[in-house]
Amino acid sequence: MTALIAVLSLILVTIVILQISRITELANRIRGEEEAFKRNNKITANLMLGFLGLFLVGCLFCAVYYNNYLLGFGPHESASEHGSSIDSIFLITTLVTGTVFVITQIALFYFAWKYQEKPGKKALFMPHDNKLEIIWTLIPAISMFVLVISGLIVWNEVMADVKEGEEVIEIEATGMQFAWMIRYPGADGKLGVRDYKKINGINPLGQIWEDRANLDDLRPSEIVLPVGKKVRVRITARDVLHNFFLPHFRVKMDAVPGMPTYFVFTPVKTTEQYREELSKYKEYQVPSDPSDPESLMLWETFNYELACAELCGTGHFSMRTLVKIVEQEEYEDWIASQTPYYESSIKGGSDDPYILSLQPNNSEEDSKESMGSIEEEISNSLGSAY
Amino acid sequence: MEDLKNYNEDILIEKYGVDDHFHEHHHGDKYQSTFINKYIFSMDHKMIAKQFLITGMFWAFVGGLMSIVFRLQLGFPEESLSWLKPVLGKWIVVSDSGFGSLAPEFYYALVTMHGTIIVFFVLTAGLSGTFSNFLIPLQIGARDMASPLMNMLSYWFFFLGGVIMFFSLFLSTGPFSGGWTAYPPLSALPQASSGSGAGMTLWVLSLVFFIVSVLLGGINYITTVLNLRTKGMGMMRLPLTVWALFITAVIGLLSFPVLVSAMLLLLMDRSVGTSFYLSEIFIGGQALDNVGGSPVLYQHLFWFLGHPEVYIIILPAMGLVSEVLSVHAKKPIFGYKAMIVSILGIAFLSFIVWAHHMFMSGLNPFISNFFVLFTLLIAVPSAVKVFNWIATIYGGSIRFTSAMLFSIGFVSLFISGGLTGIYLGNSTIDIQMHDTYFVVAHFHIVMGVAAFFGMYSGVYHWFPKMYGRFMNETLGKIHFWFTLIGAYVIFWPMHFLGIAGVPRRYYSFDAFDTFRHFDMTNKVITIAAIVVFIAQLVFVMNFFYSIWKGKKVNTRNPWNSTTLEWTTPINPGHGNWPGKIPTVHRWAYDISKPGKEAEFIPQIVPLADDEEDFGHSKEV
Repeated sequence: MTALIAVLSLILVTIVILQISRITELANRIRGEEEAFKRNNKITANLMLGFLGLFLVGCLFCAVYYNNYLLGFGPHESASEHGSSIDSIFLITTLVTGTVFVITQIALFYFAWKYQEKPGKKALFMPHDNKLEIIWTLIPAISMFVLVISGLIVWNEVMADVKEGEEVIEIEATGMQFAWMIRYPGADGKLGVRDYKKINGINPLGQIWEDRANLDDLRPSEIVLPVGKKVRVRITARDVLHNFFLPHFRVKMDAVPGMPTYFVFTPVKTTEQYREELSKYKEYQVPSDPSDPESLMLWETFNYELACAELCGTGHFSMRTLVKIVEQEEYEDWIASQTPYYESSIKGGSDDPYILSLQPNNSEEDSKESMGSIEEEISNSLGSAY
Repeated sequence: MEDLKNYNEDILIEKYGVDDHFHEHHHGDKYQSTFINKYIFSMDHKMIAKQFLITGMFWAFVGGLMSIVFRLQLGFPEESLSWLKPVLGKWIVVSDSGFGSLAPEFYYALVTMHGTIIVFFVLTAGLSGTFSNFLIPLQIGARDMASPLMNMLSYWFFFLGGVIMFFSLFLSTGPFSGGWTAYPPLSALPQASSGSGAGMTLWVLSLVFFIVSVLLGGINYITTVLNLRTKGMGMMRLPLTVWALFITAVIGLLSFPVLVSAMLLLLMDRSVGTSFYLSEIFIGGQALDNVGGSPVLYQHLFWFLGHPEVYIIILPAMGLVSEVLSVHAKKPIFGYKAMIVSILGIAFLSFIVWAHHMFMSGLNPFISNFFVLFTLLIAVPSAVKVFNWIATIYGGSIRFTSAMLFSIGFVSLFISGGLTGIYLGNSTIDIQMHDTYFVVAHFHIVMGVAAFFGMYSGVYHWFPKMYGRFMNETLGKIHFWFTLIGAYVIFWPMHFLGIAGVPRRYYSFDAFDTFRHFDMTNKVITIAAIVVFIAQLVFVMNFFYSIWKGKKVNTRNPWNSTTLEWTTPINPGHGNWPGKIPTVHRWAYDISKPGKEAEFIPQIVPLADDEEDFGHSKEV
């Protein structure tokens, strides 16, 4: 039935359109073509001006309507240290492009209206004007130069890797279809070596258990980080490209199979602080569940999130991992409450290389020897991954 | 000196034209005598142009319809799509309660096909294919292309590529669904996605045929422009359309082969076990043997074409718009030489900016410094072009025909979309914007909608030359206003979604608190998209109605244009000019010249003794 109505209305619309075209043509013929054209020309010229007004008002409306989401405006100020410098480049760029935008759009539509065809008025013959052309080549060149320089200064700071000896928490995020696997280095502060060929159901990252650095590695289901501490995320992928994207922190980097990448950032706002910031805005002082007025306020339910920003297959849109930024003590408590993945899932199982000794730490002497040869083997076969 | 007010093309051509004895051979007619020769396997550039145009329109319809389907899912996820079940079959997943939604894999297939089809089949073949074929010989004063046979093959390879792509839509595993950029490993491994199976094989095959078509066409366009210009038509007297189409062909010839090599390596990774793009992958419960390759290599190869490709799309539109603005504002194009230099500058820079698509790909951040610099440098010639277009309107005597309206719309869109490119080209801002809706908004405005506007402008302007009839102006204006306003309503809000961090290529935004606050925006965008799509149907109807029923053209030069195509008969036959080939005596923009009684002086009119030629090249 709906299909029938749809088809019928489509046919109807077609007929209407064809009739419009016929009628306008006939009407123009009766009125005299040139006469009709002149009338239309004037109307269209006025519409140009009307559109210009509508367009600028629309842009203004959008800027106000979405002002909470603009970088560095409203509640969504960057939650990372480097983010605020990105936001300032955004602001500079917006000022430059915004000015050019308004001037050129106004010039375009205003001139279109002003220089509509009028009887007895001849068009200006103005094939070129070298002075003018030099000016409007130089102005964009100079403004681009400013934007490039200011942008690149920030870029090279943001993308710099940690320096040697610098205090940093290194964690690892591995993308797979369709989830993130997070790994913390554990008490020794070192992430253990991995080999993708060792991956199986209970060892989804392919950790080499002979490498002792792996034994205390944590595999939490969410990212918890202390505020104010520099973090280096080692980003890897297990199957296809993914992208490690933390929108609130202005952090984004592809996860590439076979090529670990990294991003260094320092969180500056705890989740609690961010929520407090949000609570000041009316838009967030509403129940989080519109159908239940008793539910938590929207600002209370806020959480930082990790998303995937590189198409990775059908589940691309669902790779969510919770991110929590907490105070130092809380972070330490949380770390202490985590059980290393080896302890919880590998120890004593068929993959445990220490199954015979069961107490790997007691046979320090033996394993040191065997570790030597293993490390050599690892560095031979896994040079790039390490 | 002729009486310019009542100049007569036939007399001028007869007096000054070159006799190439074309019509003594009767080649042309021999090859145009049957229906098949004339309308299907035609070697006449005008017919091939129409074939490109109408095939492009078909693909635009398909690609546009796809976007409507996935926009319905994005804008109205709470509305059941089960009514589409009879058409889309298993791609509509119906729950037990009868609620239908688009299958995610088909959503991704639609997004991928929409991009591939519009970028390659519509805006490359449909735009440059149509107008290079139609305008190059007519505007330079040539009988036809340098090789009419290759020209015909160019269309049929495109057609073949299209057939293969169309076929892939009906595979049981679905068409390719890994995005129009087809990044491996997703595109290389059938285990990674159902669309990466047979769908991907056909996608690659289709594009290889397509590239063959582009190369056959491109060589032809370049050769024709360089060798077949009529007497007097120096390079600095070419209309800007020809310049733009010529440089487009050069860019295509230099960049498309790189895409072929990227595709071949991909095909080998897929089928013979090489590891160009693959390394250390565990997928489908299995660790693959491939080591040592790099997915980033593919991205380099892809974008080495991919970025010039956006100029392959936009340059022809720029050329058409330059011509239309000048003719309908009754003014010479402002800064003819600056326009040419800008085209050349853009073409050159387009080859050294590709990695700005890859700032977040794991590329060494140091390398990005150069690509930021070159990328923002492109803003300079682009800005010059914009200022020159505005200066062309300034002081004009504008007749708001549909062609003119779409040209003005083009400039507006190019400004809007070009300026957002300055955000994305700056790697610092790109950290936040990369792969978000900001990118979607940017490229849709600047090379999607703007290129469409250039194309529409060209169609409205040259339709009388193609079919000897006018398109309906009232419908043209309805088409214009709905499209311009609708396009801005669709894409303007997307910028803000992107700034908020909403990633592109998401089937649903519900999984994230951060991205789910934009229901209203998504609904508005979808409704506007439907309105704009319907407005395009108005154009299609106008087009086909006007071919047979449009108002007849009764003068040779309905727009008072100076260029050579308007000196041919109203319905030019094979060979374009019935007698001699006209010769050229001046640049293409002697419009409203001071001291002349005539409003415009065609290129075939000899210069007066004391007259200045603004192409500045009397002897070529």
